[in-house]
Amino acid sequence: MQTGLLYNAVQTSGHLGWGTVAMSSPCNAACFPRVRRVAIFGGTHGNEMSGITLVNMWMKNGAEVQRNGVLTKPFITNPGAVEKCTRYIDTDLNRAFTPENLSTPSGDGLPYEVQRAKEINQLFGPKGSPDAYDVIFDLHNTTSNMGSTLILESSTDHFNLQMVHYIKKAAAPESCAVLLNEHPQLRYATTRSVSTHPVGLEVGPQPQGVLRSNIFESMRMIVKHALDFIELFNSGVEFPTCTVEAFRVHESVDYPRDTNGNITAMVHPRLQDCDWEPLNPGDPMFQTFDGWSIPYAGDGPVYPAFINEAAYYEKQQAFVATRRETLAAAAIRKASE
Amino acid sequence: RERERERERERVAVTLPALSCVALCGGTHGNELSGIYLVQETLKNKRKGEAMEAVTVVTVISNPRAVQQRVRYTETDLNRCFTYAMLSAPVSERTPYEIIRSQELNSLLGPKGSGQAVDLICDLHNTTANMGLCLITYADSDWICLHICKHLQMATIPVRYIHYDIPLSEAFSLESVGKHGFAMEIGPQPHGVIRSNIFTAMQEAVHLMLDWVRLFNSGTQFDEGSVDVYTMVKNIDYPRDPYTHNITAAVHPELQDRDFCLLYPGDPIFLSFSGEILRYKGKEPLYPFFINECAYYEKGVALLLARKSKVKIPAIQCSRA
Repeated sequence: MQTGLLYNAVQTSGHLGWGTVAMSSPCNAACFPRVRRVAIFGGTHGNEMSGITLVNMWMKNGAEVQRNGVLTKPFITNPGAVEKCTRYIDTDLNRAFTPENLSTPSGDGLPYEVQRAKEINQLFGPKGSPDAYDVIFDLHNTTSNMGSTLILESSTDHFNLQMVHYIKKAAAPESCAVLLNEHPQLRYATTRSVSTHPVGLEVGPQPQGVLRSNIFESMRMIVKHALDFIELFNSGVEFPTCTVEAFRVHESVDYPRDTNGNITAMVHPRLQDCDWEPLNPGDPMFQTFDGWSIPYAGDGPVYPAFINEAAYYEKQQAFVATRRETLAAAAIRKASE
Repeated sequence: RERERERERERVAVTLPALSCVALCGGTHGNELSGIYLVQETLKNKRKGEAMEAVTVVTVISNPRAVQQRVRYTETDLNRCFTYAMLSAPVSERTPYEIIRSQELNSLLGPKGSGQAVDLICDLHNTTANMGLCLITYADSDWICLHICKHLQMATIPVRYIHYDIPLSEAFSLESVGKHGFAMEIGPQPHGVIRSNIFTAMQEAVHLMLDWVRLFNSGTQFDEGSVDVYTMVKNIDYPRDPYTHNITAAVHPELQDRDFCLLYPGDPIFLSFSGEILRYKGKEPLYPFFINECAYYEKGVALLLARKSKVKIPAIQCSRA
């Protein structure tokens, strides 16, 4: 049983399949190399103020994010957008890290964010290689009432699963949701995906371009817990097998629109601000401008997130429907060097 | 005796001309969505043949380019382009779009200060600040605006009257073009987002306002009374880094969302990123508003402060032509 678990962990942990896991017997836990380099990204969207403010602060004085034996690099990923306090200049940076973009030759005609993606890939990647940064935290805000949310791209990265489990426990009684996007069509090539262990930190609600003190301090605290975990991991602590409650992205729900593409209804007042609460078939979902209610017509309950996120109107999404799932995390510890 | 009392009342009421034309403006800032959708919906309903007796309602999307791009403005803030100076500035190819537009709007709804201007402008706005519904105007003794405010007391949202003591020539925003005018500001709502509760509140307020105008135009007398008026006194900027000009503190959690809660000398206003509390150093308690409005960071404003006063308003009635 234990060997079987270990075998599973070896097969699937990380997305690289080589060089990331070493075994040493008698080792019942999945072993990962020491975390050497961590990046903290802010300003991937230039109007999401918590991350921008934190990263600028840590670039000036990084004491708060230093941990023994780890290089921690705070970094502004989209300075052009930050300068203009806008989400992006030409295209969404957080969708730009596709293999096509990363391999496209540099040139004057490239959209600003594609050029940026290539640079970031050089500095913190290359994506998929053993030289990539071990962990990247990408700091985001949302206009949705999601509280603190950790976003994962893989259900089999046991290092990340253990880290979010630790963060959730440390943050309690403040809640911290885990959003898992492994959906074949809805997943996207994030800025943080150049690293071995990418983690998105999303805190809301906060309007774009606004800095709220409570949201700022929540994000600061989550980063602290994450770095504490890394320090503990590097010191040799073994994290026993555990489970993580997560919300898996199931489908994207758009606003009702007319033939010109204009929205014809708003998120219903009974759904507005109810991120992570169950939405059952028949529950009110949208309200037309003249007051009619449109119910949710799915075949089972879902847990909505990103309800009424400003940036997603143009991406044709009113909210993302998720399903609750319990993820199993293998025991992990640092591989002996 | 009844007739005597009625005649007495009629003698006392201030008579004012009918408001035959009301302009409802949305999208003066292209990312403040409630007004944009309300104007578009009003237009749709008009096409369906809904008649408005006793008053002509003109609907306007003030800044169509900004609305199309879902930004506050494209080159310069349209709602700062309505001073007499800017309205009469010569136009060249380098003139910002919004100044050309302000002059167009002045032709359409004005000219400002003239007898041809529309009777009432209601300019629809949203704010990220927790302000409920506010009517914002340059006049503190415009009986029309004050009576409308009195009429607008709603169950679902607090309604307040804000006054900026600026002479008409210097008045820089769109509503100063009409004979009477106010900005109808509702928050909190993030820019680029439409919240159903905020939209419904704005819709209800606009209906109440137009109901009042119809009643007024039909000869209804509105009794005397009083309205609390918040007169802007000063603004406070964020503490900033002297080199980068970046802010070094956020609005304190005890002040955040507490618009119109009296701020006393010594109360916390900012919490710096290093944990220091910065306190209000003024001498008199004042009412804060526009606390943490997104668009004001670039204008160097973290919050505004107002004095509250009770303004007596006379009975008013429409003068028959």
